[in-house]
Amino acid sequence: MKLAAERVSVRFGGLVANDDVSLAIAPGEVLGLIGPNGAGKTTLVNMLSGFQRPHSGAITLAGSDMTGHRPRAFARAGIVRSFQAVRLFRGLTVSENVEVGLVACGLGRAAARRRVRALLADFDLLRRAAQPASSLSYGEERRAGLARALALEPRFLLLDEPAAGLAAAEAEDLKRAILSIRDRYGCGILVIEHNMALVMSLCDRIHVLGGGKTIASGRPDEIMADPAVRTAYLGRAAA
Amino acid sequence: MIGQAVQVLVDAVSVGGLYALTALGIGLIFGVMRLINFAHAQLIMIAGYAVLLFFAQSAVLAVLGAVAGAVLLALVVERMAFRPLRGADPATLLIASFAVSFLIEKMMIMLVGSRPKGVDFLPMLAGQVEIAGVRLQLLQLVTILVSVVLLVATTWFLKSTRLGLEMRAAAENFRMAEVLGIRANRVIASAFAISGLLAAAVACLFVAQTGLVQPRMGLQLVIIAFVGTVIGGLGSLPGAAFGGFLVGVATILLEALLPPELRVFREAFLFVGVAVVLIFRPQGLIPARGLAGRI
Repeated sequence: MKLAAERVSVRFGGLVANDDVSLAIAPGEVLGLIGPNGAGKTTLVNMLSGFQRPHSGAITLAGSDMTGHRPRAFARAGIVRSFQAVRLFRGLTVSENVEVGLVACGLGRAAARRRVRALLADFDLLRRAAQPASSLSYGEERRAGLARALALEPRFLLLDEPAAGLAAAEAEDLKRAILSIRDRYGCGILVIEHNMALVMSLCDRIHVLGGGKTIASGRPDEIMADPAVRTAYLGRAAA
Repeated sequence: MIGQAVQVLVDAVSVGGLYALTALGIGLIFGVMRLINFAHAQLIMIAGYAVLLFFAQSAVLAVLGAVAGAVLLALVVERMAFRPLRGADPATLLIASFAVSFLIEKMMIMLVGSRPKGVDFLPMLAGQVEIAGVRLQLLQLVTILVSVVLLVATTWFLKSTRLGLEMRAAAENFRMAEVLGIRANRVIASAFAISGLLAAAVACLFVAQTGLVQPRMGLQLVIIAFVGTVIGGLGSLPGAAFGGFLVGVATILLEALLPPELRVFREAFLFVGVAVVLIFRPQGLIPARGLAGRI
């Protein structure tokens, strides 16, 4: 059971956002996706969640072709993503934000509410349950976003810059939360992140993109030592 | 004097209720599709003609016919005209909504002609009742009652049902709603069906008040109600209902309070008021919370 991009390419006019990129996430694995700005990371996550159709190549889940399916089909197959900015429904309460995905997937409201309370308790948000999402602090919003994604019991969780804007201590909390999610739910987690210290200490494997192509893929220590990665990040002279 | 003031107030609240229901129908569709649906006027019109068709048999049949006609037309319009344009930019959707509106109106004129037709619908509501020494029209009280019941029912539906929760989420951020597994087609079709239901209620009350049905009967209501949704806050359902109500009330109060020689300029005064509101509250009186954050 793997979620995989198989030799995918995407072009926007003359710009090649992804060029023959292959990547696979296994259940229980935390995979880091890194690269300089414009490397094509978000485009790849867009393809892995149904928001972008590849111009060539395929997206597969457990070997079956998901290419061209809508985001809802990906969500129902257990592939849930977050966005760079947290996208809570600000007019809904915190509890309703977590509940909405559950009821959309067919759970009754009473059962959904029980599950929501358990999730909010896990993320220390229970006392905020009845308040509008617009009243949350930035850190609380991030936690509520994770609770909402986890409500769907994802098999794969795709997180786009989850630590953006967080202080060092909050990033450390986030790392613990991600590892706890992996251990408790057994889901495969893909993390796009610019915080290198976080990526190196969090991820089992790292995939590096540069100019839309795969530069390197391997364990964090292998990636740290890879000259091609150092060149992409620091320039040729530094490497 | 007090009796007259109460009568004007009841009149204003009753007209405000009609506009609030119309604005809520428009606001609901804007919420889920970012579409300003001017064809809402034709939902009111088709419901009006359903009343004309059935009122002689029975009032209940006429109301059911109006609801069926408006809901059916709303679903057909959604499926044939707006679903293929989903995701198009707002200008394209706006032009399409005008096109659909004109198309249905002109087809209706070809079918039934443009002359108004008289309908003696719900004549039992034409009488007056005396409450605390003030004589009030029964129809106005019924209009207020129906408006309140439908506004409360719509609020309850949106707050307390599964589909309502999905609809509020989709209204705020449609793409994120899809990420969470919400079925776009079902939510949008449901919103259109509810807007049809609200249009049917407006048509029944409007026909009972005016006693007339004609192909352009919904247009004035929809334009004024649209102004209401703008000052209430585009994308906000409470804003739409409140803005529609406010505009309706203002229309009647201006009619009552302006000197007779200025009453012909009632709409001009109304729109000056609207402009003033928008200068100080460009986002509307009850702005939508999630509109700026859409992806």
